[in-house]
Amino acid sequence: MFYREAGDFNTSYPEDSQTFPIKFDRWRYYAVLFVAIFVIPFLINDYWVNSIFLPFLIYSIAAIGLNILVGYCGQVSLGTGGFMAVGAYACYKLMTSFPDLSMVVHVLLAGGITAGVGVLFGLPSLRIKGFYLAVATLAAQFFLVWLFNRVPWFYNYSASGQISAPERTFLGVNITGSNTDAWATYLFCLFFVILSAYIARNLTRGSVGRKWMAIRDMDIAAEIIGVNPLRAKLTAFAVSSFFVGISGALFFSVYLGAVEVGEAFGITKSFLVLFMIIIGGLGSIFGSFAGAAFLVLLPVALKIIGVDWLGWPTDIVAHLQLVVVGALIIIFLIAEPHGLAQLWRVAKEKLRLWPFPH
Amino acid sequence: MRVTDMTTEYTTADGRRIGGTVMEMKNITLRFGGVEAIKNISFDIREGEIRAIIGPNGAGKSSMLNVISGFYVPQDGEVWYKGAPRPPMKPFEVAQQGIARTFQNIALFEGMSVLDNVMTGRLTHMKTGLFAQSIWKGKAEQEETENREVAERIIDFLEIQAIRKTPVARLPYGLKKRVELARALAAEPTILLLDEPMAGMNVEEKEDMSRFILDVNDEFGTTIALIEHDMGVVMDLSDRVVVMDYGKKIGDGTPDEVRNNQDVIDAYLGVSHD
Repeated sequence: MFYREAGDFNTSYPEDSQTFPIKFDRWRYYAVLFVAIFVIPFLINDYWVNSIFLPFLIYSIAAIGLNILVGYCGQVSLGTGGFMAVGAYACYKLMTSFPDLSMVVHVLLAGGITAGVGVLFGLPSLRIKGFYLAVATLAAQFFLVWLFNRVPWFYNYSASGQISAPERTFLGVNITGSNTDAWATYLFCLFFVILSAYIARNLTRGSVGRKWMAIRDMDIAAEIIGVNPLRAKLTAFAVSSFFVGISGALFFSVYLGAVEVGEAFGITKSFLVLFMIIIGGLGSIFGSFAGAAFLVLLPVALKIIGVDWLGWPTDIVAHLQLVVVGALIIIFLIAEPHGLAQLWRVAKEKLRLWPFPH
Repeated sequence: MRVTDMTTEYTTADGRRIGGTVMEMKNITLRFGGVEAIKNISFDIREGEIRAIIGPNGAGKSSMLNVISGFYVPQDGEVWYKGAPRPPMKPFEVAQQGIARTFQNIALFEGMSVLDNVMTGRLTHMKTGLFAQSIWKGKAEQEETENREVAERIIDFLEIQAIRKTPVARLPYGLKKRVELARALAAEPTILLLDEPMAGMNVEEKEDMSRFILDVNDEFGTTIALIEHDMGVVMDLSDRVVVMDYGKKIGDGTPDEVRNNQDVIDAYLGVSHD
């Protein structure tokens, strides 16, 4: 009723394998893009950008990255925080060493460097699986944070041990530093989100994605049809870390501006992104967005409801947030392991037929 | 299926051409610790034929198939493929050489649709790199379309069009077996290894599967080596049969020859059916 595909025929294989084969979906997607690019920048202010839009966009990239590794390739990783730190520190070193290069180049290069580090820490995945791999990536998390704390070269020997982003412009507009406009930082991050989602979608629908999913579903069968497990796993680690690195670079340079590694990229960050993809939906690009939106909006919503409307003390609301997130994780793991993305799919199935039951 | 002459290339009674040797096992011995699973076995597989490996439980048939597909490395002996000895290889390298197989207990990718499963069979034919894939438009899309056409032909051939987009996990057993065959066929293999393609099927499903196996062999000229327990099926389908018992080869020849071989009767068909 609301959602119809009658009269919508795909007559060629490219048409059939496009991202949104149904016309209605396609137009909705264009509409969302239009609003995100041409409407939202004119409406937002600093509060909206800093509390909702920037974290949502940046975590979306991280979630897409982790989803490729965990959701598509089935390799559990708890090193997301560490890889985000690699992206952030790579970006910082690049920004300070090559001040004339464009910020886009810095962020992309930071992603590339993180991809390399990701491959390095992905090597154990060839021998170990599941929980054991998770522990190995946990080692990456702690090692990387320790490294960035202990080696002064990474933070340019600054006294505080922090890194802070120098002012940089893109097309003549400030996007890092203290004098930034809300719309500029928003659009800058949005560009990387669209790019990441586009690349991730293309990779996951083609032969590379099928190799990853084959490894995830049954590695022996994947080998028997000619998938080199070493290559498939390492490309997953590389692509995943590339996105996570980009998100780390943006998180540091555009969003926070100054970073202390243990605080910004600690183990809690790894868990946060992991929760995002579990709640959002493993093995789904849309799920990465849904999960990121959900976990970014939840504290804001709880704060508005708890503190502003009900007048509860702030610390109780903060603790309540932990309780709610924990409960949600358990509920999702039991009731809907495929997360919000699956709920969305089911809702679409129902809407196709509504108001008829069959 | 009377064979006229088996020394060189020949034509079977139903008009299929059987060519020269494409794969040869030479004195294969496989041990697991003290257990000898395969004892000094030699046999060949000829181009275009349906070759059956039969034997009682634990005879070493599946181990033999695992040697061919690279899961086990034999302690002794060589696998000759296309006229040259094959160095020790990983299973994925074997697959890339054009040997596809199915498993006794289905090994499909449960999280993917039937179409995606069949498309994974095309992976050895898809070469575009990571970068071209992330752009998609152009090379990657073209390659996807070309391979999709091949996959769709196989899907048509095995009559699974209707379940194309169904997740594999939702399919009944018989259809899963067929999807697995489709995935192996999509690779357009030189040799197709089938590990008990009819295990756990009812008579009707067995007839369907037999028909598909014959059609595959006839239509694509694929060489097929299969393990099967159903004697009737094996004798009807295959051109030549290897019989194994306790890791040894006890018979090799046309179904009729094997049927009349006293060793085979003792070991396997011991109980007469009339």
